[in-house]
Amino acid sequence: MMDSFDAVIAVLVTPALAAIVLAILPGYWLSARLNVLATLVTFLAAASLMFGRPQPGPYLLVDDLNNLFIVLTTFVGFTTSVFSASYISHELEIGRLTPTFLRFYHAMYQVLMFAMNLALVANNIGVLWVAIEIATLTTVLMVGIYRTHEAIEAAWKYFILGSVGIALALFGTILVYMAARPVISEGLDAMVWTKLVAHAGGFDPALLNIAFVFLLLGYGTKVGLVPLHAWLPDAHAEGPTPISAVLSGLLLNVALYALLRFKMLLAVNPNALAPGPLMVTMGLVSLIFAAFMLYRRRDIKRMFAYSSIEHMGIIAFAFGMGGPLANFAGLLHMTMHSLTKSAIFFAVGHIAQVKGTQRISDMGGLTETNPVLGWGLVLGVVAIAGLPPCGIFMSEFLVVSSTMARLPWLAIPLVFGIIVGLGALFLRLNGIAFGEPRGTTAEAKASYIPMFAHLALVFAAGVYIPPALFAGFQNVAKLLG
Amino acid sequence: MHHLAFDVAHMLAGSLVLMSFLQLYQDRLYALLNIYALHALVLALSVAWQALIQNAPHLYVTALIALVFKAIIIPVVLHRMIVRLGIHREIENVVGVGTAMLFGMGLVALSMVVMLRATHEADPLAREDLAFALSVVLLGLLMMVTRRNVVSQVVGFMSLENGLVLAATGAKGMPLVVEISVAFSILIAFIVIGIFLFRIRERFDTVDVQALDRFRGERG
Repeated sequence: MMDSFDAVIAVLVTPALAAIVLAILPGYWLSARLNVLATLVTFLAAASLMFGRPQPGPYLLVDDLNNLFIVLTTFVGFTTSVFSASYISHELEIGRLTPTFLRFYHAMYQVLMFAMNLALVANNIGVLWVAIEIATLTTVLMVGIYRTHEAIEAAWKYFILGSVGIALALFGTILVYMAARPVISEGLDAMVWTKLVAHAGGFDPALLNIAFVFLLLGYGTKVGLVPLHAWLPDAHAEGPTPISAVLSGLLLNVALYALLRFKMLLAVNPNALAPGPLMVTMGLVSLIFAAFMLYRRRDIKRMFAYSSIEHMGIIAFAFGMGGPLANFAGLLHMTMHSLTKSAIFFAVGHIAQVKGTQRISDMGGLTETNPVLGWGLVLGVVAIAGLPPCGIFMSEFLVVSSTMARLPWLAIPLVFGIIVGLGALFLRLNGIAFGEPRGTTAEAKASYIPMFAHLALVFAAGVYIPPALFAGFQNVAKLLG
Repeated sequence: MHHLAFDVAHMLAGSLVLMSFLQLYQDRLYALLNIYALHALVLALSVAWQALIQNAPHLYVTALIALVFKAIIIPVVLHRMIVRLGIHREIENVVGVGTAMLFGMGLVALSMVVMLRATHEADPLAREDLAFALSVVLLGLLMMVTRRNVVSQVVGFMSLENGLVLAATGAKGMPLVVEISVAFSILIAFIVIGIFLFRIRERFDTVDVQALDRFRGERG
């Protein structure tokens, strides 16, 4: 009992302490390694939660749902820090970052990890909100770190849209408290999620409905659902690539997790509106919009940012459908998307460094000039487009088939969107990876391990999922209702 | 006593909405800042009144923060920044005054309809408070949308946060966690904004967002 409680504390304290140390340490070589070490320790602590977890308190909670999210978050956080170490040494060489900014960068990376972990283990909807706010502010600072015109514009746009989203989410949180107050009691208890979910049946449904609309708009902005997505492509394209990987792979998930928690509250109340159709609609719109937007992209990071919107759309759609099968598919898709998209950004980061640009028209024939990076990108795109035998194929197949079984009409736009997106990705990939070599060529000084580790997991999951993991996913899917 | 308590709270929350309307049509930055200071002052009074009638002394802290930080420090700092940037003479007009006011009235009507209908069972004080708070939030959003100048957008955002504080204090017995976080977030937000303004100045020599729009990443 005591040990497992320590693990939750470790998940929070390790990044917090590391942030302080990294803010003080001057040398980048040591900082980059300490950064990796801290994320590794956090990941191990998170993994140990699988084997024993504490009783929920008024502030912290670990259950089957967030345990999955925490392990995924800390794992991708760890591999990204390995990638980041080789990425930033190149940025230092070409002088895009100075040692002072790197100190700031490493400290912020850990603060971001802390904020995401806090959001995931929070049992209090106020703490959840604060954590997502901290995560937003740290990513704003990191997106603007290059201080170019584009980076500042992107950070400003992200900051304004993110703040508005966060403000709407706080209003929703206050409304949930208002709904809970007459039923539970005044004060702290009415913000504790486990108490809320136990009593949600007695809440005033009208108030709960309005609260959910605000929460959907607020946290939906952070998930990047269309039409609240405008910040996402800019923020991904202009920030350092490790941050693009963490944004796409993790922060979007954390915001989605917040939405899922509130969706579970509404599910308990029989008179409240069904949140499913709202999420299904937003998910479908995001999917189709992003799939078409993929065709016109000229910047490689921007293209994969739109691909993230597309996949968040599919995930929101799956959770909106609900039921054990669709929820299972949504969880699997989310996990696979996190792993694949961060692997793609690892590849893209090094490619952009080799080519000295992010413009797609200046890249070509990568499989010839830099075979490892080129083929890594090809594998990543094959995986993200949902071709067999990788994990995303499995999850997309499950989403489509569960939709077919229940609402066949909805399956048509869903499949249409997926195919349109697939076409766009391969059209662009063809130019980047094959054909005549274009642009500058240089040796890549890259660490390929994180990228191929992620890809191996994704391809393995398409063929075989360990029974324990399978059961775990099913369990969570049932929990989500 | 209960009747008086209700009337005063009502009046203060209503004045906050009025202040939001005043902000909407200010076309000079100094005037806008002055109205914002007034906005924060009314908020401080409103929060202090809630502290009194709810018998919740911790709310006085929130009121004090609103008074000192939002009504005095921020306007003064922004005032100086405007002078230093040399934009105090600028007049901005994105959407006409009439249109903005009409939009604003529409939003207030919307929030009344939505909130009053949804909160039959809540006590009348909280009901009215919430409806007014939503109006302030929406008017702040409107201001952010209709303004081009970075400083006025920031003022719009801060008045939006004032609306949130009004909502949070109106919800009786809401834990302190949230009040602190609201105050804290404004502090952080302000630091971030300060950094950004500084950098924008460094890079563009203007704080007009239109200048930022030229640098969209999507060009060929």
